[in-house]
Amino acid sequence: MGLLSKKDAALIKDPLADNNPITIQVLGICSALAITAELEAAIVMSISVLFVLGIGNVVISLMRNIIPSKIRIIVQLIVVAALVIIVDQVLKAFAYELSKTLSVFVGLIITNCIIMGRFEAFALGNGPWRSFLDGIGNSLGYGVILIIVAFFRELLGAGTLLGFKVLGDPIEKTGVYAFGYENNGFMLLAPMALIVVGIIIWVQRSRNEALIED
Amino acid sequence: MSKKTDSNIYTILFAIAMVIIVGGLLAFTASALRPRIDNNERLEKQQNILYAMGVNANDESSAIFVSTDEAPELFSKYITKQLVIQGDDVTEDPEAYLIDVKKEQSSAKAGNKRRLPLFVGNKDGKTFYIAPIRGKGLWDAIWAYVAMDANMVVQGAYFDHKGETAGLGANIKQRYFMDDFIGENLMSNGSFKGITVAKGNNDPKNLEKNDNEVDAIAGATITGDGVSAMIKSELRQYVSYFKTLK
Repeated sequence: MGLLSKKDAALIKDPLADNNPITIQVLGICSALAITAELEAAIVMSISVLFVLGIGNVVISLMRNIIPSKIRIIVQLIVVAALVIIVDQVLKAFAYELSKTLSVFVGLIITNCIIMGRFEAFALGNGPWRSFLDGIGNSLGYGVILIIVAFFRELLGAGTLLGFKVLGDPIEKTGVYAFGYENNGFMLLAPMALIVVGIIIWVQRSRNEALIED
Repeated sequence: MSKKTDSNIYTILFAIAMVIIVGGLLAFTASALRPRIDNNERLEKQQNILYAMGVNANDESSAIFVSTDEAPELFSKYITKQLVIQGDDVTEDPEAYLIDVKKEQSSAKAGNKRRLPLFVGNKDGKTFYIAPIRGKGLWDAIWAYVAMDANMVVQGAYFDHKGETAGLGANIKQRYFMDDFIGENLMSNGSFKGITVAKGNNDPKNLEKNDNEVDAIAGATITGDGVSAMIKSELRQYVSYFKTLK
């Protein structure tokens, strides 16, 4: 990482593991439940959050010295909502097909607590470049967990990955279904997202005991 | 220590300035982009209607519309008549496809007589009657374009939604769900019965076309129920028109 100083590189790397927004900061759980039933949605959401958090963090950081502290949460909310709505409108006008895929995520992004959480915890107290890196790092950390959860939910729940039938056809009984394997429909329901996230938290903390809180 | 940004006056002025700037920005974007967005929505409606009657660019497994460049031309080629049904009155209206089904539903609730758009298409000598319908899913609106023959047997359908759960309810716009409707009869013994999205109907390959049922999507019960309810309440209103065709 010649480009970044050690401290800056940590902004990207820490959220990927020891300071992960979902498993350690426990932010963004709601969207981790809502959109991890299939891999494609999880990837789209991760990329969208990457954009919004990266740009939003910079904007908030640039405004940090003029935002009145009494109404800072409202200001943050307005910034992120305006940002998302403008992007949504532009996509609707110039990339309609793409906007239809993304429109479901617009509401989820505005209310995503990772975004507000990073504005509040980082961008309000740091410069734009570091805030940008923090935004990128945290959304990558968020995306990694989302994709891991979605991978298992789609594979075990529907027997597909990105829509491809990797395990064979459950109706025609080909592939593993020929041996009596059945899809676990429960994996598609929201509670299983929590349980998968729980397992990830368990694995992560048992490998690094410093993360365990008293 | 008291910063100047902590004072009440500053806070109020900041809030006012922010509202004006952000409001203006949003209003400007919305009105500047409105014509383009309207045009995109119009093309999408044409694509949806054509899709339902089998004019599409589907490959083996995914639903693909005809391109937006071709849509207006194909639309005027395949859609021979656009009707507006209001009670017993049937009138032709070349812009019937722009009728907002949502507005018609609320005006019908207010006691007005509802205008029902119906598009008559012709492809390879076969006549299609395509009805736009709208209902409620789990989170938000769902809608569909259903192509039928004169006996109200479904010939094709396109479903879409505003915000159903990705991976579950959102899959109503997948081919494996929509294609199940093809060949299903909306009538049963001469009266309207609709099509129910049924769980565990022992017919996952959907070979039985006269059972008024298609197979549900696992994990999307409420969206599926919404689809059943939408088909029942909306397409029922077209029955009297279809009776006049015989």
